[in-house]
Amino acid sequence: MTMLARLLRKREPIAPLEYTRRLWMRTWVGLVMFFLYAPLITLVAFSFNDSRRNIVWRGFTLEYYEKALNNASLMEALLNSLTIAALATVASVVLGALAAVMLWRFRFPFKGAAEGAMALPIVVPEICLGVAFLVFFAKIGFPTDLPWPLNLGAITIAHITFCFPFVAMVVRSRLTSFNREEEEAAKDLGATELQAFRDVLLPHMKPGLVAGALLAFTLSLDDFVITFFTSGPNTITFPVKVYSMVRFSVTPEVNAASTLLIVLTIILTTIALKIQSRMGTVSQRH
Amino acid sequence: MESWRTAKGMFAAVATVPTLWLIGFFIVPLGIVWLYSFGTNASLTEIEISGTFSNYSRALDPLYLGILWKSILVAAATTVICIVVGFPVALAIVFSSNKWKPWLLLAIMLPFWTNLLIRTYALIAVLRREGYANQSLGWLHDNLGGLLPLVGLPAPGAYEPLELLYNNFAVIFGLVYVHLPFMVLPLYAALDRLDKSLIEASLDLGAGHFRTLLAIVAPLAAPGIISGVIITFVPALGAYLTPDLLGGPDSQMIANVIERQFKRANDWPFGAALSFILMYATFIAIAFQAMKSRQAEARQ
Amino acid sequence: MTEQQPIISIRNVSKRFGPVTAVDNVSIDIMPGEFFVLLGPSGCGKTTLLRMIAGFEMPTEGQILIDGQDMAKVPPNRRPVNMVFQSYAVFPHMTVEQNVGYGLKIARVGSDEIKSRVAEALELVKLDGFGARRPDQLSGGQRQRVALARSLVMRPKVLLLDEPLSALDAKLRAQMQFELADLQDEVGITFVTVTHDQDEALSMAGRIAVINKGEVAQLAPPSDLYEFPANRFVADFVGSVNLFEGKLTLDEPDRAAVECEGLGKVYLNHGVTGSHQSNVWVAIRPEKIYLHVPGDGKAFRAAQEDAPEGYNFARGKIRGMSYLGDITLFDIQLESGAMLRVSRPNLSRRDQEDFTWDDKVSMHWRADSPVVLLS
Repeated sequence: MTMLARLLRKREPIAPLEYTRRLWMRTWVGLVMFFLYAPLITLVAFSFNDSRRNIVWRGFTLEYYEKALNNASLMEALLNSLTIAALATVASVVLGALAAVMLWRFRFPFKGAAEGAMALPIVVPEICLGVAFLVFFAKIGFPTDLPWPLNLGAITIAHITFCFPFVAMVVRSRLTSFNREEEEAAKDLGATELQAFRDVLLPHMKPGLVAGALLAFTLSLDDFVITFFTSGPNTITFPVKVYSMVRFSVTPEVNAASTLLIVLTIILTTIALKIQSRMGTVSQRH
Repeated sequence: MESWRTAKGMFAAVATVPTLWLIGFFIVPLGIVWLYSFGTNASLTEIEISGTFSNYSRALDPLYLGILWKSILVAAATTVICIVVGFPVALAIVFSSNKWKPWLLLAIMLPFWTNLLIRTYALIAVLRREGYANQSLGWLHDNLGGLLPLVGLPAPGAYEPLELLYNNFAVIFGLVYVHLPFMVLPLYAALDRLDKSLIEASLDLGAGHFRTLLAIVAPLAAPGIISGVIITFVPALGAYLTPDLLGGPDSQMIANVIERQFKRANDWPFGAALSFILMYATFIAIAFQAMKSRQAEARQ
Repeated sequence: MTEQQPIISIRNVSKRFGPVTAVDNVSIDIMPGEFFVLLGPSGCGKTTLLRMIAGFEMPTEGQILIDGQDMAKVPPNRRPVNMVFQSYAVFPHMTVEQNVGYGLKIARVGSDEIKSRVAEALELVKLDGFGARRPDQLSGGQRQRVALARSLVMRPKVLLLDEPLSALDAKLRAQMQFELADLQDEVGITFVTVTHDQDEALSMAGRIAVINKGEVAQLAPPSDLYEFPANRFVADFVGSVNLFEGKLTLDEPDRAAVECEGLGKVYLNHGVTGSHQSNVWVAIRPEKIYLHVPGDGKAFRAAQEDAPEGYNFARGKIRGMSYLGDITLFDIQLESGAMLRVSRPNLSRRDQEDFTWDDKVSMHWRADSPVVLLS
């Protein structure tokens, strides 16, 4: 009865600014979401498809995951990617935090130039950065026959270079909300410069550092173009490997490998968002 | 903010490492490329910095100028489509209920976290001859085609798959797919800051929704729109992967030409010149944005 | 007086936001040329009501008529009303002139006419000469005048004002109260104002609707609202009041008495009509209680003897005093322990020196001062 009553009750008219309740707007958003997600969802779905041709659904299988996981070169590439991303993240967070504090805290000569230079790796087209590293490592004769993981050095250096300015940007925007009086209060209570930094400034920076780390890890894991120019035959990363597979054909195996990476990113993002929101509430509390 | 002189030790502690890193692994590599752009191939492995401008003049060759111009057009088309598609989405997020807003934002951002290569690959599967787009169109064709004789039209022939991949359409489609979140997020940020009563005031004074959009919302959200435009245009201009995987032989963009000079043609000086031309184009776009958004802010 | 059609007719309007009822079955008629005020605490639904008249919210139930026309399907840009927003909503990217001329431009009024009407409107709000300025070069008060001119220039049938003075400082607010009332007089347009400030409402309004929890608590001219509140909410919300619960012990056409807890018997020189309940409330305004100077027992007794029948008397001790310059407020504890708030005008410079804490005082009030409330 109540269901019927609800159905019979006239729908409340739409107020002028309730754009989201308008049908054309909902249709539009729905179509955009379809546009964004349909390709990815079919990609994931067809990684379970029991057919090599990958067009028509033939039944559920995990065969291609088995294949992908048993593909030694693919797994090696994945390991390389994760190693590089981990190393690049740690270094980028340190460098980015230092750079952020430098730009936020101090007045110094040529500061405008320093700020500009720090923003450059963000805006320079990837391809230009890629060729610059190609030329640079060739010019200095970076050794290519080092044992693992040292052979990943060139790629890691390149990744740190384009990741740490992003970290610096995120951390610096976090620092602008810092109340300098907190630090002065710590010093007033007897803390040294270093203690004040550790006990007051660093906790405030933490959400920024976590966000920056997440960003750096994802950027590094996702990068194809710059890595493409710095990697050698023995230092294939996951995107570079997938690229070489994709160039030839659309196969369920590539779908499976891609799905693995998507799942990995989603897990990492969820963890980071969780940490971040918890940190956010903690920092709001004090 | 304090002067570096008052805390020299602290300043040195924070400034040294990032500065050296930036110089050593960013300025120097770019500097070498810049020098190479004025060089000539002396032998197979040696490049002589001869101070020549011949690499740049070669870039003015109609072939390369055409590709550069085409890259700009493709990036511009991508940007325009992204605005048209993204603006209503940003508006919908701004005016959505508090329950929905974070989920809609997440839904827009999630593809951004997904690997570019994988997203491009997903598009290949959709757009290729035997892909899902053609399959769906074929299904519609076969099922609805049968209805045509009922309304007096001749029955259509067998479905001919559309060539959706390896052409300019595919490149722009792919660039829009990849860059849409970049456009929506700054638009959202700009619209969210807007005082809603300004929109109401405009409606109250007799303007319709479209008029309000043009006369009130667009000028006030201008800084956000401009930064959305640049944040979409710049990476689209330098895009390598999308035209490489989705484009045909005639839809190569400037980044693909640069890649060819370094990896295949082995003409580093020319590639260096091209990559600096691309960089200058990027800087011009960014300078334009800085100028425009400063004007827009001054107007408010 | 001829029979007039209401310019705005709100008929059984309710508005629900999910489970929350913001406006609950409200019916109000507003007459042409009125200065009408919707008064109530924040969150009472008054702004929602105003926004429904403007067309920014849609009623869940009921009807709103403007000039006899149902507004259900009329969007805000087609309604013959204009609004002055709480934030003023002055377009920051336009000059004062462009702001004021915006609505006329949309209505496709000729540019010469726009010019003259804008100039006229700016003169009306005393902003002549400010036409070329940008909003960021204006003070809050001036921005409000721009918003006012921008709406007035449209010559609406009704001007809606949402908390028009809340963002101004106290002095400016007092000045604007008078100016708004004068302006309304001058242009003759119906004004409907929303406010939570009772002083503002009392000083400007022709009629006030006090809104509480989405319902109209009382609709009356300001003096009636203050002197003859209809219920405890209105008595308490408009001005300050001493409220006592009591039992009606005597109820005749020309006199009545209420036995109040803590206050004793309160005499009234009129009957409490229409009441069959014995539980009532007595409300007495602080300024209607006369406080005698302590120690002046002779004067008090004289007053008591001279007083006509039914005068009310009470005794107590001063527990709190706050000197406010023009008046002094006293908190007096009666012998029963109940507290009474009394205000006393400082008619001469040293008046406040006659009183101090713990003084025993006596007071009286007339039999027509208390109001008996049934709800």
